[in-house]
This record gives sequence, C-alpha cells and structure tokens, in this order.
Amino acid sequence: MMGRTIFIDPGRCIGCQACVSACRECDSHRGKSMIHLDYPDEGRSVASLPTVCMHCEDPVAPCAEVCPADAILVTADGVVQQADTSRCIGCANCVNACPFGVPKIDLQAKLQMKCNLCYDRTAYGLAPMCATVCPTGALFYGTLDELRAERPGVQVADSFTFGATTVSTGVAMVVPADKVQWPVPGGLPIVEVNGVDVR
Amino acid sequence: MTHAQAGQPLPLDPSVAPPGTRNFRDAGGIPADRWHADQNGETLVPTHCCFCGVQCGMYLRVDQAGKVFGVEPRNHDINRMRLCPKGINAYQQVNHPDRLTSPLMRSNRDEPFREVSWEEALDFTVSEVRRIQGEYGNDAFGLLGGASLFSEKTYLVGKFARVALKTRHVDYNGRLCMVSAAGANKLAFGIDRAGNPFSDILLTDCLLIAGSNVGECFPVMTQYLWGARDRGATLIVVDPRETPIARTADLHVALKPGTDSAFFNSVLHVVVAEGLTDEAYLAAHTTGWEEVKKTVADYPPARAAEICGVPEEQIVQVARMFAGVDKAMAWHARGVEHHSQGVENCLSIINLCVATGNIGRPGAGYGTITGQGNGQGGREHGQKSDLLPGGRSIANPEHRRQICEIWGIDEAELPPAGTSMMEMVWQMQRREIRGLIGICNNPFVSLPNYATVKDGYDTAEFHAQFDFFLSETAANAHVVFPVTVWAEDEGVMANAEARVVKHNKAQEPPAGVRTDTWVICELARRLGAADKFDFPDSRSVFEELRIASAGTVNDYYGITYERLEETGGIAWPCPDTEHPGTPRLFEDGRTYHPDGKVHLQVVEWHPPMDPYSEEFPLSLTTGRTVAHFLSGNQTRRLGALVEQTPRPWVEVHPSLGFRNGDPVRVVTRRGSEVFPALVTEAIRPDTVFVPYHWPVPTAANALTIDALDPRSKIPEYKVCAARVEPAERIDEVPAPPTAPGQVAYPETQVSRADPLPPTAPQGRGTSERS
Ligand code: SF4
Ligand code: SF4
Repeated sequence: MMGRTIFIDPGRCIGCQACVSACRECDSHRGKSMIHLDYPDEGRSVASLPTVCMHCEDPVAPCAEVCPADAILVTADGVVQQADTSRCIGCANCVNACPFGVPKIDLQAKLQMKCNLCYDRTAYGLAPMCATVCPTGALFYGTLDELRAERPGVQVADSFTFGATTVSTGVAMVVPADKVQWPVPGGLPIVEVNGVDVR
Repeated sequence: MTHAQAGQPLPLDPSVAPPGTRNFRDAGGIPADRWHADQNGETLVPTHCCFCGVQCGMYLRVDQAGKVFGVEPRNHDINRMRLCPKGINAYQQVNHPDRLTSPLMRSNRDEPFREVSWEEALDFTVSEVRRIQGEYGNDAFGLLGGASLFSEKTYLVGKFARVALKTRHVDYNGRLCMVSAAGANKLAFGIDRAGNPFSDILLTDCLLIAGSNVGECFPVMTQYLWGARDRGATLIVVDPRETPIARTADLHVALKPGTDSAFFNSVLHVVVAEGLTDEAYLAAHTTGWEEVKKTVADYPPARAAEICGVPEEQIVQVARMFAGVDKAMAWHARGVEHHSQGVENCLSIINLCVATGNIGRPGAGYGTITGQGNGQGGREHGQKSDLLPGGRSIANPEHRRQICEIWGIDEAELPPAGTSMMEMVWQMQRREIRGLIGICNNPFVSLPNYATVKDGYDTAEFHAQFDFFLSETAANAHVVFPVTVWAEDEGVMANAEARVVKHNKAQEPPAGVRTDTWVICELARRLGAADKFDFPDSRSVFEELRIASAGTVNDYYGITYERLEETGGIAWPCPDTEHPGTPRLFEDGRTYHPDGKVHLQVVEWHPPMDPYSEEFPLSLTTGRTVAHFLSGNQTRRLGALVEQTPRPWVEVHPSLGFRNGDPVRVVTRRGSEVFPALVTEAIRPDTVFVPYHWPVPTAANALTIDALDPRSKIPEYKVCAARVEPAERIDEVPAPPTAPGQVAYPETQVSRADPLPPTAPQGRGTSERS
C-alpha cells in the first residue's frame, strides 16, 4: 500500500455526491467526473458507496496491462495515470479490463480518461479534490497512521477478490473490525446461473 | 516551486493548521505558488458559500479578466476544506447566461416584459408606490425580504419599509425557516440563537438530532457528527424517514410526522421517573419546572407510543441514552419547526436539555440548524415584521425610541408591527395589501398552498421583484430589478452557530446589474428619504448596523470587517472591539432574561391542523434534497446539480403497492399532482415524502397546507393529510422561466432532466458512469 493514499469508508458516506462534483473541477478532465456512486441496497436502505480509481498494484493495473498502445503509465509512487493523450487510441480495452468500472472513454475524442489521484495536487502534498471536499470523511486522504489518529481502531483492507483472482490496490477500504485481513469480495454477486437462482 | 520539486510533501505548519488538517501548507491549503495558478494568473478570493446556514469557507478562482471561473476548497474553521455539491457548483451561477442584466417592465401581467432603463423602472415603481399609498394608505404597500441577503441588506430592507415606504408590512422568507426555534429560544433563554458552536459536537457523549436530514441539508456538518462518533458518542436520530445519518445511528426513532412534542414530553416523563433530572441545576437556574413536571406526567410512554407510532421501549431508550451521560446535545431543524406547534416542539426539546442539565457546557447544549445562508442574521436587524435592529421589539416603547433616535425620525412616524409572510399573501387576496416589492425570495415555490399564493399575487395591483435570475415569482411581476449575486458584493452573514462571517467581492457585476443596496437607496431617494439612505456601499450600512445593535442582546458593535477578515468569524454578542465574541452561551449559568433564569414552558401536544380521514389517511411530509437549495431558482439552473437530481419524486413504502417509477398521484385537500414513485423501506408505511424545490406542476407546495403556528407564524410544511393513487403519466418538470433574449439551460452546463424516474433511495439520481 502506498504511504499516502485514499481510504474509502462506505459507513460514513451520505451519498451527497460532493466527490462527484469536485472531481469535475479537476483541471485534467474539467467538466467530467471520474467517480461513481453506487446504492448497494436500494429500496431498503439509503446506503451509498463511492468508487474512485483503486490504483491497482498487484497484478499491475489491469487497465494498463491490456492497453495495446502502452498509454497508461504507472508512476513509481504507484499512481495509475490517465492515458497519455499522445498514445491513446480510444479502443476501450481498459474500460473492459478494469474490475472496478473506473476508466471512461470520450467516444468523440477517442480518448480515455480516468482518475489519476489528482496528481497535480497530490504531488504538492494536497489531498485529491474528492477527498478534500468529502463532508464526512468517507473519502480520506493520508496515511494509515493519520487515519487511525482520527479514528482509533479503524480496520482497512487493500485487496479484493474477483472469483479466484485477488487484486491488491493502492487505495484501501475501511472494513468491519472482524473482517481484518480478509480480501473484500469484489464485483457483483452471482445471483443467477442459466436462469437458476443460486443465492 | 518548480516541477522538480513536485512530489515533495509540503510541511505542515501546526501554528496555522486546525486539527484534522493534513499536510496543507497554509491555512488556505493551497501552495501559494501553485503552478497552474501561475500559468493562468488566477487569483483566489476568500469568501463563503452563498447557500445554507453552515456557511462553508471557499476560495473563488478569478481569471485575469476578473471573471469567476471556479472554486477551490478553503481551510476555514467551519468546514476545514469540505464542501457539498451545492458549494462546489455555486460559482457557476456568477456568469450564468440566465443572469438578468437589464431591468424588465410591463404595465400589466398579460404583456411580455420589455427591457427598460434603470430610470424608467425606478420611476414607474415609485409612481405605483405613490398611487397605491395615496389611494389606500401607507399600509397598502408591502415589502418581502430574504434570508439569503447579507445582513447589511436585511437591515436596509427593514429601515426602507419603515422610513421610506412608511408601511408596517415588512417580512421575509426566513419566516419559512427557523422562526419556531427563534421563538422558543427567546421564550426560554431570552436570546434567539443556538447555544453552542458546531465544534462542541465533537465533545459530546450523546447527540440527538431531531427533524433534520443533516446529510442532505447541511452536509458539511456531518463531519462533526462523525467526529463525535469517532470519539465514542452515541447518536439518536428522530425522523419519519431513514435519512443518511439515521442509517448509522445507534437509535433511529421513526416517529409519525406532527407528533414531536408528545414524543419529547414522554422522554422527559421517563427522565423524571428514573430520577435522571439535574435537580441542582433546575433549582438554581430555572423557573416553571414544577408545571412542566406536572404536564409531562400525563405523557407516559404507552400514551406517546400510541400518538407517535413508535415502540414504547424506544422512548425509554432515548431517555436513558440522553440523560444517562455527562454531556448530551440536541440539534433540530425544520422537521420539528415546520408545524402548527413548531414553537412548542422546540420548547419540548429545550425542556429535555435543561432538565438534564445539558446547557452552557462544552459538549452539552442545544442548537437549531439554520436552513438559509443568513437565516440567523436575516432576522436580527429588523427585517421581520415584529423586530427592529438588534432584535429589539417593535412593540416596546423604549426600543422604538432608541431606533427612532438612530434613524433620526419622529417616534410617531415609526409604524407598528405588521403581519407575517403568509398572512401578507392572504391580505393581498383581500385587497388589504395592493402593492408589493419582493427582494430575493420566490414564494411561488416556497410558500404552502400554491393556489392561494398565486391568487394573492395576481390580485395585487403592482408587484416588483429583485433577483438575478427570473424566478417563478419574478415572472409574475410588473418590474424586475436585476441585482448582484453574492460574489459581486461584500457583506456579512451569521451562520447556524451565530458566527458572523464576511463574504468578499470576487468580480464586478455585469453591465446593467446593480447591488440591492444601490436599488433600495435609489428607491428611497425617489420617495423623498435620501438623507436617511446615504449608503454608498455595504461597509457604510454595516457601520450603522453596528451602532443600531449596540447594547442589545444581538450586539454586533465589536464586530468590524477588519476583525472578521483576521479571525474568520466572530459569534455575537460582541459588545466591544476587544471582545472575542460568544461562541458558547450561558457558561456562567445566566440566560438573557432579566432574572438570568431559563424560563421553562409547559407544552401540550395537539394534532396537526389537517385532519386524517378515510379519504386522506396518510401523512404527506416535505423536505430537501442535497443537490438543490430552497426554491431551486439558483440550483435548478446548474448542470451538475440538475443532473444529480433532475426532478422531484414521491417516496412511498412498499406496503402501498407501487413499483419504482410508477406514476403516483398525491392528493391533498389543496390539490393533486403526479410524481414518479420511489419505493423504499426507508419511510414509514403511513407517510409519503416529496422534496419541495420545484414549481407547479410538480410542486410539493401545491399540496401543503397554509396553517400557521400561532406564535411563530411558520407554515405547517411537514405534515398534512394525503392519499396516493395510481396515475396515468408523470407531469413534466418545467424549465425555469427565461428572460428575453436569454437561454434557460445552456447546453454546456446541463444535460436536461432524465426522463427516467430516480432509482436511488432519496432520489439522488444517477451516478456518473459513462
Ligand atoms: S462526497 Fe463523501 S459523503 Fe458525499 S457521496 Fe462522496 S464519498 Fe459519499
Ligand atoms: S450549501 Fe451549506 S454545506 Fe454545502 S457548501 Fe454551501 S454552506 Fe457548505
């Protein structure tokens, strides 16, 4: 895990979408937000969950791995950058490869865009826009120690399982205290196979 | 700084960084030599958000041409860089193509508006004032102000009504906001404001939030709630809906709308029964406790559970959680206040806080969460019908004398108290008020019972409106004055903590636009009161306001623009320029009543004004959504916010038998409208909810009742009898009205209303996923 990173705490999220609006203000993709907000228990609860780029570490970011144009670079500090505009061919392989549904394609410009952890801000020690404004701290930017100083005893996970595959990420997720060391189940639960309910 | 240095973390300066700040180089959080700032030559103007009563600090980004083009979070004490989506998008209204840039005029409502000169618009308005007042008397002309105005302007509104228009009829849209809490606080404590600063929330052991959807209405306040929980505080939420904060509360009491005082009386009943009262505090600092104790004896949990539709155990649990700790706090908002017994509801919460000794200590106290940006400051200096500057009573001969001396008028000239905002509309219907000037308010969306409101305004012979966008109400006017947005002028606002903050000017107004101050002074000059309205700018008004408030409970005398800029805000009372302000009240045990005691008030529950029946068995309750502000005149024009929540909906429990997205007709005794259903278990089965930011044909306020609290005159927005039935189709959300030669929704800023109904709970619409 990176030293200074984003921690996502869905328990605190109020679904306000300040993060979504703030992301639109980023100078590298002004007007477009790279964050999506999910409502995992719609109809029963108002729970909401923000997803930013998870900056996958191991294996090397799937989006970067599948990019035929080598447009997605990963910096030494683990930030998976947005596609290099001089290389990107707009093929959308990255969109299909990302297990978290993060990269977006501007079909007209044939260019990929994604969260680059506000590199223009983080390089200067500032928090990314989304984590700066998030009114609840559901998106927190800092080190694990800094997080624990504010929220004693908080537990985090930075690996996610998709079937048999485990992906370790630079961005971490706050998890219930009894789920320490557990990879977070990723992707959508399988509820139906060939028309049969398998829940 | 060069790029070679990028990647070096900036040192944190502990002397300027408030707790919770991580690695920001200065109090503003922005590297002074931020490189794209260099490239663009942009400047950052420190100011505050124009919207809600939290008053988050922000920087407006201004380009080399002097135009506002963006926002940057600011490390202000109140919000510590946080912003909600409204705050982030607020800057877009400054140079929005819908801005009004020329006065509009017409001689009757059937004609289209003409763009006219300022001279023509002002002269026509003054001639209509003279005609109406000449024929029907001074009180036939009314003035309605707004609580989004800077305090300087609200001071001017009150003075203009009484000194230039010489009418008793002045009121403001804060009447629709927190006046019930104001009335209750005045009765109990002799002062009208929250008892504690937000930062006290971090110190409490138990936090009770009643009738406040904090997550969506005051999002940035949530950080204080979660901060308290990080330190082990328990959270109790009392609300008919499972709001985002209720979701994670230790206890969510989903009581039936309109039953708050029965609930809090019963909680106090249990507190007394279990011996959890603070008798020493009650004996030393209160009056009226014996009567209150006698009344709450009639509210055993079994009775209240029946009235409120909640389990008895929850009432007992709340009593033990709240009274069983050393420091507890109660914060409430419109869910408790918007009732025909709004004042009593607030008093029942005050009784609970005081009886448990939770007052005037760090982490122990009460507060009302202001809705509008200047909901607190907006009524302090004479804009409300019964108040003079400094919160003085217009009925008090001594107070009248003091103000007449400051204003230089004869006491006999000062009119008596007028009526409230809703009552003024009824008076327009009855032709008692025949002419009206409205300043930055939008009653066509914000007042209850739309049909009555429309009828009242249509009956008025003359109507002028100040605004920067053509609101639904402005579209009804004879004259519209195009005025500045918040970023084009300077002035102060008081936030929900009664902390006075200063807004700064970030850009020049467009040609043709004037400040409200200028327009009011010009009208006053033409009405023959030039000598009393010689105010070239906000600062000159503020200097008079300071003097006019000196020596009162609402004392601003020690607050100056310079001090506000240095300190980031000062809580009143602040009697002299060395005084640090008063963030926390009653620390010495004394209230602002002459005897220094808390005057506890007896509260009896009575049912809401609109009775349930076989035909109307459900409660309709209304409220906000995070993306929109009040009547939506501002936020319904900003692309990202429209995209986030394009239209209203009706929230219904699954037991009512609808599917998500079904067209549902909501019917009340005032009318009926069709909304898409949002089916969710997050609401009581006997209650339906509609957010209120939209005009007809999807206006919640076409359905709500114009019953008023007899003391505060706040409308009963939060409960009326209703039924729901399947409908054929959903009515369209109308676009905001458009001024001549302008476009309503610029393509670059908006993707228009999604035809699909909202799918997420709370209707927060679709998320970004392209
Ligand atoms: S800003 Fe924070 S609280 Fe709001 S939706 Fe995003 S993550 Fe959730
Ligand atoms: S609307 Fe309120 S919470 Fe949101 S940014 Fe503005 S002041 Fe802060």
